[in-house]
Amino acid sequence: MTSLFSKFDGIASSLGALMEAGGRNPFSVVIEKPLSSTVGLIEGRETLLFGTNNYLGLSQSPRAIKAAQDAVAACGVGTTGSRIANGTQSLHRQLESRIANYFGRRDAMVFSTGYQANLGMISTLAGKDDYLILDADSHASIYDGSRLSPAQVIRFRHNDADDLHKRLKRLDGTPGAKLIVVEGIYSMTGNVAPIAEMAAVKRETGAYLLVDEAHSFGVMGEKGLGVAEAAGVEADVDFVVGTFSKSLGTVGGYCVSDHPELEFVRLNCRPYMFTASLPPEVIAATMAALEDMAEHPELRTQLMDNAARLHAGFHRIGLNASKQVSPVIAVTLEEIGQAITMWNRLLDLGVYVNLSLPPATPDSRPLLRCSVMATHTAAQIDKAIEIFQQAARDANALPSAA
Amino acid sequence: MSETVESVSALIIQKLLANPKVPRDIDGNCKIMDDLAFDSLAVMNFVMEVEDCMDVSVPLDKLADIRTINDLATCVVDLKNKG
Repeated sequence: MTSLFSKFDGIASSLGALMEAGGRNPFSVVIEKPLSSTVGLIEGRETLLFGTNNYLGLSQSPRAIKAAQDAVAACGVGTTGSRIANGTQSLHRQLESRIANYFGRRDAMVFSTGYQANLGMISTLAGKDDYLILDADSHASIYDGSRLSPAQVIRFRHNDADDLHKRLKRLDGTPGAKLIVVEGIYSMTGNVAPIAEMAAVKRETGAYLLVDEAHSFGVMGEKGLGVAEAAGVEADVDFVVGTFSKSLGTVGGYCVSDHPELEFVRLNCRPYMFTASLPPEVIAATMAALEDMAEHPELRTQLMDNAARLHAGFHRIGLNASKQVSPVIAVTLEEIGQAITMWNRLLDLGVYVNLSLPPATPDSRPLLRCSVMATHTAAQIDKAIEIFQQAARDANALPSAA
Repeated sequence: MSETVESVSALIIQKLLANPKVPRDIDGNCKIMDDLAFDSLAVMNFVMEVEDCMDVSVPLDKLADIRTINDLATCVVDLKNKG
């Protein structure tokens, strides 16, 4: 009889090879205790955190911690219910109104995770005769949302507005609405979407536009609203999806929109309806972190300065790092073996980053993915660059001239 | 202009052979993932090249049913005829 588990044989042997090559399972690193936003205890050692997406360091915000403590004391630890049944407390409504106001939008839906926000919005908005037009390098939550939707799904080349235009033109005359889905900053590579060009295509073709600002919220734009704000095309974005689990340091997802029909999306959106709502302490902490973010625009300046410092350092030592400066900086290596050795050496030497292997990377090459924080000090960044140089030497991953 | 499954299949094979990693003796019955060792992402990226060549978009849900080079050719011809 066929084993239920034979489908995992491939991954089992890949994982075995990965552990044999480097000694560790990169997918089960335990941060034993966060000592601050930038340092955690891993394998008993103080380790610099350069892979946590905690862009503004707000997971350790004193204001958010206090707000969570007060909310727990006042409301208890959970809601035990779904948003459309018994799981909406006044805190949920308050957060929705604050996040909508912060974006200057009519309404907001708050989801239990960012993954569910994409899953829910994409699967609900695009119906049977509609078309979803996705950037080829979209996050798994966008692909999964499109699988849950009965719409036809078409990919366009990553960050290529001309290709998007061409694919929409092919659909001329077909019935059904068209929804373009792009991200602000792409999570694996740090690539920033050419959102003004995408918005122009949207305007010309009459499609709708959904932008996932998960990695760009709190990071780009004067108020931190993301790439659309930075490029001055917010009015062209029909739906902004995002997460509280990056720059705001908590957990949860949202969608903001000016379309009044969002009220009906709530009643058709399965990943919103059939799961428990966020617990009160998370809601309270998120609102407090949003206040931190609004009151401290200098965090964004510091973040971009830090990103530029790490980016310049990587290029100086000869690493193949992302072209654009953004808080996500990916170092591309040619061989998987090199990446495994280098990632393990980084951790031995005290720097935690994310190891990304194909097919989770956009091309067939592995990445060491770093995320920078506003709270990193210049000394921590310089130390990380030094350790990267050492680890790259140990892995034979530097060009021979370096 | 009328493409046939045979002509599109020949074009796909020609495109595949441009990749030095692809075995030289492929034909229309070869399974794209099993015989050519393409992962899911590589298949989607390859289909994009075929789409550009044929000026057609293959929706992702159609890809789920495609196993062989001939399946892909049939799908492209169907989509062209519909358009």
